[in-house]
Amino acid sequence: MTRRLLTGNGAAAWGARLAMVDYVPAFPITPQTEIIETLSEWFDNGDITGRLTTMESEHSMVTAAGAAASTGVRVFTATSSQGLLYAMEMLYTVAGWRVPLVMINVSRGLSAPITLEPDHNDIVAARDSGFLQIHCATCQEVLDSTLIAYRLSEHAKVRLPVIVNLDGFYLSFTREPVEIPDAEAAARFVGEFDPENTQLRASMPTSQAVAVLGGTPYSYFRYEMHLAAQEALGVYDEVTAEFKNQFGRDYSSLETYRNDDAEFSFVMMGCFATKAKEAVDRLRDAGWRIGLVRPRLLRPLPEQALQNALGDKKAVAIIDQNISMGKGGVLHTEVASALYNLSEKPLLISFMGGLGGRDINQEELFEIAQQLRQASKKGTPPPPRLLYTADELREMRKLQSIAKVERQELTSNQNSNSDKSHD
Amino acid sequence: MYRIRFHGRGGQGMKTASRILGNAFFLGGYEVQDAPRYGAERRGAPIFAYVRADKKPINERGIINRPDLVIVADDSLVAIPAASVLQGIGSQTVLLINSHEQPETWEHRLNIPGQVIILPVTGDVEDRAELPYLGTTCAGAAARLVGVIPLTHLIEAIEEELAHLGKEVVEKNIHQATVAYELAAEFGGTVVEGSEIRATDYTKPDWVNLPFEAASISTPTIHAGLTSELAATGAWRTMRPVINYELCNKCWWVCSEFCPDGAIKVDNQGYPQIDLDHCKGCLVCVAQCPPHAIEAISESIAESKAEAQAENEQIKTSEASS
Repeated sequence: MTRRLLTGNGAAAWGARLAMVDYVPAFPITPQTEIIETLSEWFDNGDITGRLTTMESEHSMVTAAGAAASTGVRVFTATSSQGLLYAMEMLYTVAGWRVPLVMINVSRGLSAPITLEPDHNDIVAARDSGFLQIHCATCQEVLDSTLIAYRLSEHAKVRLPVIVNLDGFYLSFTREPVEIPDAEAAARFVGEFDPENTQLRASMPTSQAVAVLGGTPYSYFRYEMHLAAQEALGVYDEVTAEFKNQFGRDYSSLETYRNDDAEFSFVMMGCFATKAKEAVDRLRDAGWRIGLVRPRLLRPLPEQALQNALGDKKAVAIIDQNISMGKGGVLHTEVASALYNLSEKPLLISFMGGLGGRDINQEELFEIAQQLRQASKKGTPPPPRLLYTADELREMRKLQSIAKVERQELTSNQNSNSDKSHD
Repeated sequence: MYRIRFHGRGGQGMKTASRILGNAFFLGGYEVQDAPRYGAERRGAPIFAYVRADKKPINERGIINRPDLVIVADDSLVAIPAASVLQGIGSQTVLLINSHEQPETWEHRLNIPGQVIILPVTGDVEDRAELPYLGTTCAGAAARLVGVIPLTHLIEAIEEELAHLGKEVVEKNIHQATVAYELAAEFGGTVVEGSEIRATDYTKPDWVNLPFEAASISTPTIHAGLTSELAATGAWRTMRPVINYELCNKCWWVCSEFCPDGAIKVDNQGYPQIDLDHCKGCLVCVAQCPPHAIEAISESIAESKAEAQAENEQIKTSEASS
C-alpha cells in the first residue's frame, strides 16, 4: 500500500490495473485520454498483461467492449462527453446483452456551443441506458469505485455494465494523495470473473438478443433489467461493506455529511460536493444546523436512503450541474420523486450551476443556505435559479456587443458588394 | 491552507512547477491538491496551475479565488484579461513576478495592496521569458517563499516529477531550483497561510435572473468570417511538410484536397504551394501524396536552414551591390 499524488485519470487507470483487466478497447477524447495513455504505456512495458485496441469511434469501442465481455473476459473502457453520446446506441444495446464491464466517464459539458470543461449533462443522458452509475468526489474514490464497480457488474444477481463517473479537470487533471492498494489485496477483493453462461466462442455461436420480439417477451427482458438494477442496490451495500472491512474506506450509496441533526441540507453529485462539505463546516461554525447529502449511485437510485436522509428536513437545496431543457435540474426531479409520497417532507429548492466548468464558490453556497432558511420561514420555495451573477451577464453583454458590430460590418460589406455587382 | 497560483504560457513549465511544489509539500506531510488549467492545449497560450496545501484534508476545489502567492513566469500576461493573473489578489497576497522591471514599478502600475517580489536570477538576463528551466526556477523560489519546505524535499520532488526525463535533465533542474531557492532566502517565509471565508461576513453573490431573449440574439453564431486568416496557426507546427517538385507529378489536387486547413494551393503551372503561415504540420499531405513527393522535416531544422539561406542571399546581394 502506497500513498502518492495521482490525478483522477491516473487513479482510474490504477483501478483498471488492480482489477487485472484483460481487454481495453480505446478511443481518445479530452479530458479522458490520459487514462488510456497510461494503460497503453503499462501494456507496452509489460507492467500489465492483456490487450488494448484503439478503435475508430466510441460506438465501435462500446460494441467491442460488450462483445469481448460476452466471451467471458474482464473489460475496461473510458470516454467522455460527445464520445459517450456517440456511443449511446451501443450503451443501451450492450446493457441489454446483460454483460458485465466497467466504463469510466470523465464528465464534460455537451455541444453546442462546445466546451472542454465539466458538467453532468453527458452522464445524466445515459441515465436510462441500463448502465449502473457510480459518481465520485475524490481521486481516491475513483480508484476504489473502479474496483467496487467490477464486483457490482459481475455479480450473478446483477450482470449489468457500470459507469464510474468523475468530473473533468476538477478530478481528471487534479492530483490528490491517493492510497494505492497492494496488488494482492486488490486481487483478493475483486476476485476472478465467473462469466457463468456468458461464454461466446467462435466454435459455439450464440446470439446476443438480436431477435425481433413482440411486446410480451420484450417487456419481460426490459423489466428484468430494471429489477436487476434495483437488486444492485443491495449488492452494492454488501460489496462496499466488504471493501470497508478490507481497506477501511466507506462508500455508502448515499454519502451524508453532518446531516443527522441538520434542519437544512445541500444535495449534490460529483466532486463539487466537497466544496459543499467546506461550506457545511463554515456554516456549522456560524451556528447553522446544516448538512450535505451526496448520491454516489444515480442508478440504481438509493430512494429509501434519500427518504431517511431528507424526510425530516425543513428545506433542501438540490444543486444540479446539468439542465434538462424545458424542465430544469435532473437530480431535483429525481429527489422530488423519491420524497413525494412521504407524509412529512421538506421544501425543495432547485439550483443549477457549474455548467461548462463555471465555478460554484463558497459565498454562493452560504447564500443558498440563507435561501433555505427564508423559504422554510415563508413555507414556499423560490423558483429554480441558475447560479449566474450580474458581472457574468455584463461579460456576456460585452461579447454580444462585439458580435453585433461584426454582424453589422458583415451586412454592410455584403450590401456594398452587391451594390458593386449592380454597376 | 496555502493557496498558490502559477501563471505562464504553454511550454514554460507551469504545470510541472505546480507538481514539484505540490510534491514538496506532500513530502513534508501536507495534504495537497495540484492541477493545471487550460483550454485547447498549445504552446504560448496563457495557462495557469494551482497548488493547495494544508495539514488537514482539503475540501476546497478548483480555481483559487483568494491566493496567498501568485507566481507570474511571463510578465506580458499581466495585461491580458483572459489570463486573470490579478484575480482575487488582496493585501495578504505575495506576487512573485519574472520581470525586468522593479517591484515598485509593478506596485505602482497595478495599484495592488500586497507585496511584489521580482523573481531573483543570477547575472544579466537578456530575455527573462526565455530563461531556461523557468518552471523549476519558479518552483524553487516559491518553495522558499512559503518557508515550510526544506531544500531536501524540493530536490526529492524534482527527482520524482522529472525522473522520466533522465538523470542529466534532473540534475540540471535540481541545480537551477537550488539556486532559485538560495536566491529567494531574503524572502523566506514571506507567504503565510490564508484563512477560510467565514459564513458570517461574506460578500453576497450578485445573482441575476437571466432574461429570455429571442433566438436571433441567443444563438451562439460566430458572425465574423475569415478571423482564422489573421491567426498565424503555422506557429503551432513542429514538423514541416516540404515538397520535392522533381517528384511531384502535378496531379493537381490530392494534397490540396486532403489538407484539412486549406493551406495548400495549386499555382498556374499546376504545382502545389504550401501556405506556411497556416499549415499546422498535421502531415496528412505527406501520407496522401501518390508519388511520395512530400517529406516531413523538423520545424527547427527547417527554420535554421531558412535562416542560413536568407543570410547567404544577403551576402550575395551585398557582394553584388558593392
